[in-house]
This record gives sequence, structure tokens and C-alpha cells, in this order.
Amino acid sequence: MTPHGPRTLELVCPAGTPASLRTAIEAGADAVYCGFRDETNARNFPGLNFSRDEMRASISYARERGAKVLIAINTFARAGDPGPWRRAVDDAAAFGANAVILADLGLLGYAATTHPRLRLHLSVQAAAASADSINFYVGRFGVKRVVLPRVLSVAEIAAVTRAVSCETETFAFGGLCVMTEGRCSLSSYATGKSPNMNGVCSPASHVSYRQDGDCLVSRLGEFTIDRSDSGRPVGYPTLCKGHFRTTAGQGYLFEEPVSLDARRLLPELRTAGVTAIKIEGRQRSRAYIKAVVAAFREALDALAAGTAVPIESLASMTEGQSVTSGAYRKAWR
Amino acid sequence: MLQPSLQQARRLPGIVAWAMRPLPLFPLEFALVRLLAGILERHPDLVGRLSGMERRRIAVEPDDLPFTVVLELQESTISLRIVRTLDIIPVHARIRGPLPVLIGLVDGVYDGDALFFSRDLVIEGDIEAVLALRNAIDDADVDLLGEVAATCAACGSPIDGIKRALEGILRAVLKTANRGHVQ
Repeated sequence: MTPHGPRTLELVCPAGTPASLRTAIEAGADAVYCGFRDETNARNFPGLNFSRDEMRASISYARERGAKVLIAINTFARAGDPGPWRRAVDDAAAFGANAVILADLGLLGYAATTHPRLRLHLSVQAAAASADSINFYVGRFGVKRVVLPRVLSVAEIAAVTRAVSCETETFAFGGLCVMTEGRCSLSSYATGKSPNMNGVCSPASHVSYRQDGDCLVSRLGEFTIDRSDSGRPVGYPTLCKGHFRTTAGQGYLFEEPVSLDARRLLPELRTAGVTAIKIEGRQRSRAYIKAVVAAFREALDALAAGTAVPIESLASMTEGQSVTSGAYRKAWR
Repeated sequence: MLQPSLQQARRLPGIVAWAMRPLPLFPLEFALVRLLAGILERHPDLVGRLSGMERRRIAVEPDDLPFTVVLELQESTISLRIVRTLDIIPVHARIRGPLPVLIGLVDGVYDGDALFFSRDLVIEGDIEAVLALRNAIDDADVDLLGEVAATCAACGSPIDGIKRALEGILRAVLKTANRGHVQ
């Protein structure tokens, strides 16, 4: 509780393009996170992201409407060539971004030293999941907020939030990365490219789909990820959501194609002391952003008003057409 | 499992699809070329998002109609032609789905990933080119009804009847798209 009543959760929403940013703000986003059109952010997909001019204009647009812009510069700088990452930080500061979301220790040091007034958020890509780890970033670089990995339960989030001296932000909707982010090498193993270094998990250049009768055959690099008959929903072509035949049988080896939806857990997350909730999906369209952001705006407004949180299904928007509470409930296998 | 009723709602009514089968391709291609030129003129950033991409030919196949739209993406423009079969024209990628789904994608009614997950949309070939095109179109925030009106206005009053017919068809298709959009 705050002196003025129940604390509200900040709604942090994705935008892969300026049009998506406008859609997110119109639908009720408190803050929008986005990236420059290069390998400095973890959604370096073709046709996506912001040019310098687009970023500058989008920050002005958001500011006029009372929304924040957080710029993700959350890949790890290439050895011997930190220039693009440092320029991204410099430009974010010059354009008046409300914060930058970083993962690389060297880049955090550069930002803290060069732009001491620039607010720093620690990306989920830094994989900081313990209070000791997070407090190191706070003490050393002045990090103001940490985005927690999607592998913690609500109880663990509450314990970490109590023990750290910065704000915490948790994912509440969208693609569910079941690995420790920033340390996953599955995409790199299959394609030579990873979200950590190149900003792409399962890059489109290495993905192929082929119809084999009624069956959709998905491949990533040299690996067949799935053979789905026409009655089964499909997911992204990532190894972690692959459907494999092994000596133990046939099935999803790591995790089924399913998306996170934590709306039922919003009261618990607020009680846990979380500052902000985040919607995943910078690679998604305006239609997805409009639907999901509006649903979460409605849920958060109900939570703030002390009424029941409405849970209209968003499954049709999700990977695998189904949702889960993920690790927050620790119920999945 | 998928929802069959929803997939059915996203399809063009059979009678409409049947009525469009005998249409000659040339007038349709002429109209779509003009429409595309107007869209590119009013949304120059659309092509800007494709910069650096190699020349790519993408087939857009309404699976409820007997023709395919072939888009050619180049450094500074996009061109279009309509064919009955892809036998004579090699393409780098194919996007296949019901017409309301394809129109709804352009108009911002649908999310492309969600349509792929639900199997309403089939994608084959160069996925990088398809993603780039999808992202560029989504950012352009195209209002198809407005584009049809603007394109027809540029052609003058002699085609008012054609304009009304095109708008009527488009409204019907978008109505079908919105009916299949559950949110």
C-alpha cells in the first residue's frame, strides 16, 4: 500500500515499429519498449525496429501523451567492436529516452560513466535472478530496475523484490522463454546466430516451412523442429518448442508451444512488490498489440479499482493457441 | 485443437468465391497495380523498411480464388502481377490463406503470427522476405477502404461505378475478416 491507496502496476508494452508504438499508447500502455534497427537489440528481425529519425519522433509522440519510451540495447557487444552499442546508448540519451534496457557489463559501465543521468534498466538478457546478483548491478552501475527472468515463481519474485534495492519488472504475457535468457545457446547451436549476440533467436534466414500433404514440416537449420498435422496449432520454430522423437517416445522435449498469461496473478505480483509488468512481442503486429495491451489495461484498471480482474481469452493471439502461468505457478513439467 | 468454426468464419462465402472465378485477370491486375502505386506513394516508408533486401518474388495465394498475386520486392519499389498458375513464374516465397485473412492482414485486423499458429496462414520459402514484407505493411498502417477511395479519386469521375463496386467488395471481405477476429 502507498499513502494514497493500493499501488498500481506500470504496464510496459512492446513496439517493433512506430505504428505499433502509437497503437500501444492508444491502447493504454504506460511505457513502450523498442529498439534501433540493428543488432544492438534482441529482436533484430527483417523489416522491424526504429531508424534514428523514427525513434526521435516516437519519443516526442510518447512524451506528449504522458507515456515513457524504454530503449532496448540488450545484446552483448561484439568483441573488439563496441561502437554500435555505444552509439545506441549515446543516441538514446540524446533523444531523451526515459531509460535504456541493457545486459552487457561493459555497456552498463559505459552508460553509467558517460551518461550518469540516463536511467538504466537491467535486461532479462542479463539473467540476474538472485538478490546478490541484482544488487551488484545496482551498486556498481546505479541500475534502477531489473527485468526478472521468466523462470522464477511468484514466491521467489517476492523474496527477490524484498531483498533488492531497485524496482522489479516481470513478464506477464507472450512468448515463454523457458531457458535462462542471455545464456541459451540452442539457436546458436542450430544456426550460428543467437539472441544474445545477433538479436535473433531462430533467425528467419535459417527457417523453412514445407507442406507435406496435410502436414506442416518446420525446420531450423539442419534440424526438423516439428511435423504438425492440420488439426494441431503450431508455434515458433525454436528448438525449445520442438516436437521430437526420442528413445523415450515422441513429444515436446523441453516445452510445448504455449504462451504466458499472468493476468490471474496480477494481485499476487502487486503484493509481491513488483513495480511493472511487461508484455512480450516486439515482433508482433498492431492487431496483437491493440488486443493484448487493451486487455491488460482493463485488468490493471480493475485491479486498481478493487474489482474482479476480467479475463477474456487471448489464446487466439498466442503461440500454440493456449496459455499458461508458466514458472510463476511452477506447475508445468 | 483449433476452432473449426473460427477458421470457417475467416473464409470467403462460397457464393462470392464462385462468382469471382470467371472474372478476367487483366482489369483486376490493372486495378490492383493502381492501388499498389497509390499505397506506395502515400506510404513511402513501406519500401524504406525493405531497403537492403535482395530482389524477391513473393506469391500471395488466396486459396478460395483461382488466381495468385505475385509481388516483386526490389530496393526502391514493389511491383505486382496476377497469374492463374505459378508454373511459369518462379517465386522465392509463398503466402497462402483465405482472401479475408490476406485482406485483414493488410488492413491491420489480424496478427500474422497468430494466423500462422492457428494454421489459417501457410508460409513457405524465404521466411526472411515474408517477415520483412509483413512488418513493412503493418507499420504502414494501411486503410484499404481509404486507399481505394483515394486511388479512384485520382482517376476521376468516369470510374465512380467501379469505385462503388470495389468498395462494396472490400467492405464485404473486411466484414468477413472482422467476423473471424475474436477479441
